[in-house]
Amino acid sequence: MARLGMVIDTTKCVGCMDCVVACKTENDVPEGFNRDWIVTEVSGQFPTLQMEIRSERCNHCDSPPCVYCCPTGASHIEDLGKTVQVDRHLCIGCKACLAACPYDARFIHPDGYADKCTFCMHRVVEGLEPACVAVCPTHCMYFGDLDDPNSAVSRLLRSREHHTLLREAGTKPRIYFLV
Amino acid sequence: MQEITSTRANEMVDPALHIWGWEIPIYLFLGGLVAGMMIISGYFLLSGRHRNTRCACFVLPGLSLALLSVGMFALFLDLEYKVHFWRLYTTIEPKSPMSWGSWILLLVYPALLANFLLRIPSLIGSGNLRHLSERLIRREMFVKWTGALNMLLGALLGVYTGILLSTLGARPLWNSAMLGPLFLTSGLSAAAALVHMIARDRSERELLAKADNAFLITELMLIGLLFIGLATATRVHIGAAELFFGGPYTAVFWVLVVGMGIVVPLIVQLLAVNHRIRHTPLAPLAVIIGGVLLRFVIVYAGQHSTWRL
Repeated sequence: MARLGMVIDTTKCVGCMDCVVACKTENDVPEGFNRDWIVTEVSGQFPTLQMEIRSERCNHCDSPPCVYCCPTGASHIEDLGKTVQVDRHLCIGCKACLAACPYDARFIHPDGYADKCTFCMHRVVEGLEPACVAVCPTHCMYFGDLDDPNSAVSRLLRSREHHTLLREAGTKPRIYFLV
Repeated sequence: MQEITSTRANEMVDPALHIWGWEIPIYLFLGGLVAGMMIISGYFLLSGRHRNTRCACFVLPGLSLALLSVGMFALFLDLEYKVHFWRLYTTIEPKSPMSWGSWILLLVYPALLANFLLRIPSLIGSGNLRHLSERLIRREMFVKWTGALNMLLGALLGVYTGILLSTLGARPLWNSAMLGPLFLTSGLSAAAALVHMIARDRSERELLAKADNAFLITELMLIGLLFIGLATATRVHIGAAELFFGGPYTAVFWVLVVGMGIVVPLIVQLLAVNHRIRHTPLAPLAVIIGGVLLRFVIVYAGQHSTWRL
């Protein structure tokens, strides 16, 4: 069974925000909200500084606390791709999932249900890539099946040093950042 | 040096989580208070105090029904998609304490109703209902089962409200097993304080004052254990504890919640039960206000605590 994930090469990301705009356009994200966003992290002591630019979104975790806390089953793991999705018809807007997510990846849509990155599954089932991956001008984003050893994402993870976000939170995120 | 900039500015999430306002602390307090009242009235039934017609166990069920309904209404107001609230009862999600709570509340109401039927107030009870009460109160098995169920469901109600927050591991302040027992003990304390104020029987007032002192001491110990657990855990948990040691919640927590809500009433009530001073309603009132403030502080401060330092 496919387990979809994303690999983002931070050495190529320039923080142009094309992925953010593409996502908002593709998914009709309401004004003032973001399903994905750019984080710039600068660390070190001048003049020896390091900077990492990351395109962040819901990590579609293997151990998703947002799914476990949902009282109606609205937040669930889809069979296809094992992605984390929200059924807006079941959501009561209790916001437990917002509190449960250590990445603060969710928000409440103005219509009242919890919303977040869906990995553009409506595109994926048509054989297309998520909008953010397709539009990236530096081609720093890769999307594919983490359980397929021959997929681009699996090969990159084998060959390049990488990290995930808040590994200590125990959520097993499926977005990997190449360094 | 570490500097992080983000282009995200989602409402209710940035710059810090602020999803739950006054509705949730009010529900948590009323739920805890009702839980405590159920345990106390259940205990009175099991210990045979119902044979005394002045027993507080006949006042508590009606009061509990009213207060719990107010709390549930506050909870309903908090929902962002209110028309879907019935979805809570189309499934049981075993890993979701919120799901447990919705089903526990479904059982709590019949238990309270059974307790209420043992002495229907004359204001609302017609002749037939009074006959029903008289028949039920004479059935010892019904009384015992009602008492036991009220105690059990009251304990579950009191504990689940704390567990609900403690399973939200993304908020380090809440991520402690102490929260469930703390909320239950606080609920018992507030209930004991309330019954101490309204009970007509003098021996019950004395008993509840002594019980409240025990609950207040236990509450202090649990608060101590909560902070010991946070301070000896990870950096993010230490950061959560620091909200109360020099952080923005320091004054309100230590002065109002602990000082005014626990320590001062404990001292006053210890003096009162040892007949050094007269009983005063100010002490139990302070306990109740302290219980409300405890919920507000924990809910608001918890939303401030984060894994992102």
